[in-house]
Amino acid sequence: MSDWVEACDAEDIDEEDVMRFDHGGRTFAIYRSPDDEYFATDGLCSHEKVHLADGLVMDDIIECPKHNGRFNYKTGAARGAPVCVNLRTYPVKLDAGKVLIQIG
Amino acid sequence: MTKAMIIIGAGECGGRAALALRDLGFEGPVTLVGDEPHLPYERPPLSKEAMTGEAPVIKAITSDEILAERSIRHIHSVQAVAIDRAAHAVRLSDGSALPYDKLLLATGSLPRKLPMPGLGARCVYLRTYNDAQAIRAHLRAGNRVAIVGGGFIGLELAASARKLGADVTVVEAQPRILMRGVPAEIAEIIHKQHEAEGVTILAGQGISAIADDGAEVRITLAGGLEVVADLAIIGIGAVPVTTLAAEAGLSIDNGIAVDAELRTGDPDIFAAGDCCSFPLAVYGGRRVRLEAWRNAQEQGALAARNMLGAGEAHAAVPWFWSDQYGLTLQIAGLSDEGHSVVRRDLEDGAFILFHLAGDGRLVAASGIGPGNAVARDIRLAEMLIAKRATPAPEALGSQTVKLKSLLAA
Repeated sequence: MSDWVEACDAEDIDEEDVMRFDHGGRTFAIYRSPDDEYFATDGLCSHEKVHLADGLVMDDIIECPKHNGRFNYKTGAARGAPVCVNLRTYPVKLDAGKVLIQIG
Repeated sequence: MTKAMIIIGAGECGGRAALALRDLGFEGPVTLVGDEPHLPYERPPLSKEAMTGEAPVIKAITSDEILAERSIRHIHSVQAVAIDRAAHAVRLSDGSALPYDKLLLATGSLPRKLPMPGLGARCVYLRTYNDAQAIRAHLRAGNRVAIVGGGFIGLELAASARKLGADVTVVEAQPRILMRGVPAEIAEIIHKQHEAEGVTILAGQGISAIADDGAEVRITLAGGLEVVADLAIIGIGAVPVTTLAAEAGLSIDNGIAVDAELRTGDPDIFAAGDCCSFPLAVYGGRRVRLEAWRNAQEQGALAARNMLGAGEAHAAVPWFWSDQYGLTLQIAGLSDEGHSVVRRDLEDGAFILFHLAGDGRLVAASGIGPGNAVARDIRLAEMLIAKRATPAPEALGSQTVKLKSLLAA
């Protein structure tokens, strides 16, 4: 499947930051890492369904704004209490200054 | 030699400690003793989602399967009645005795009782899931609910009760709600929100008498006003559960007194969470006791590491949140350490107050706003507090200066 969706301009997200992207009734979080790579995960924390895009990005970790559950946004891996369920990740590519994610 | 670890108290703190012992690779016996019939569960939802959700839900932090898989023995519905320090054993209310090598007291806190006569079946407190279920049964349209105490539990319950259509009156003896730990500017936002939602708040009103005839509660205020309710929920603070420790001869100082490693005067007994007072490194060792979910979690994990000999000192910054209606309040640090305040406005009416000590150190940050509007900046503030940073007040107050840039400085 090649269902790539344009999410935003690459410049819309600061380095080491995150942005929310809603599409087709679903919500995603798109990240720009400190070394200027882009990543995407499910938008809601697996603990209490809070938008991760309101959280803080530090290195390769996104921290949930509600209860500080931590995930590695590059792999989706949960990093300890209170979260124990990993986030799903999605492929991301840049094309002509746009961030595209494959939401399959 | 295989050591045995016993944890008294199967709440957030005790539950996290038990799991942490296994995460750390400890293979000896781990026993978790709790007086409630439930698995360890999260208490924060009890005043919020557990009240207003379609069905009451218990949010367990683990499952019977995980406990079995990880060989954690959970003894529920049983109280620890005595610690025999010489024999290294805990005696339980079912008559059994459990030997320990290291013992963790995570006994938590209980609601402070309103010290006056006249309270009856219609006067209740909230601590446990079972308490929450009993309260929930009364929260419905047309029912009159009086809440005694304008603290977090009381106000969260007021918001939940309104959501379910009850008529709500909050009575607070102090001149305003949230006197303890919340700046007036933020308390005022919360006060106005409650009034906009239809809650009557009577602040600065001590109670002179309560009469509960089993059908309704009549609360007479010092100023002469009378509040009549179908249910009175009393939320006037919590007291640490220290009896077991005190009877074992351990020192008590606003909670079970522990050192920075959460160790009591007995090297084999630790205490963590709501029940203990400990020196807070970030404020020069000031002794505090925290009643907060994250603290319970962090101290449970820290106690587990130190029971295994890590010798690690507590270093976290206190952090707390409250949800009422669509508003979330978050506080990092202890604002009473501050001498001056700098305000930073965010989007959607959200704002943060930064509390600075006399020497310019950032010691606390209190924020309020819709949803999670203040979360990220409060988290960054927490890191600045932990670093003992002295950020320029102008930078803190300016929306255009990113807090993250101050962290790198």
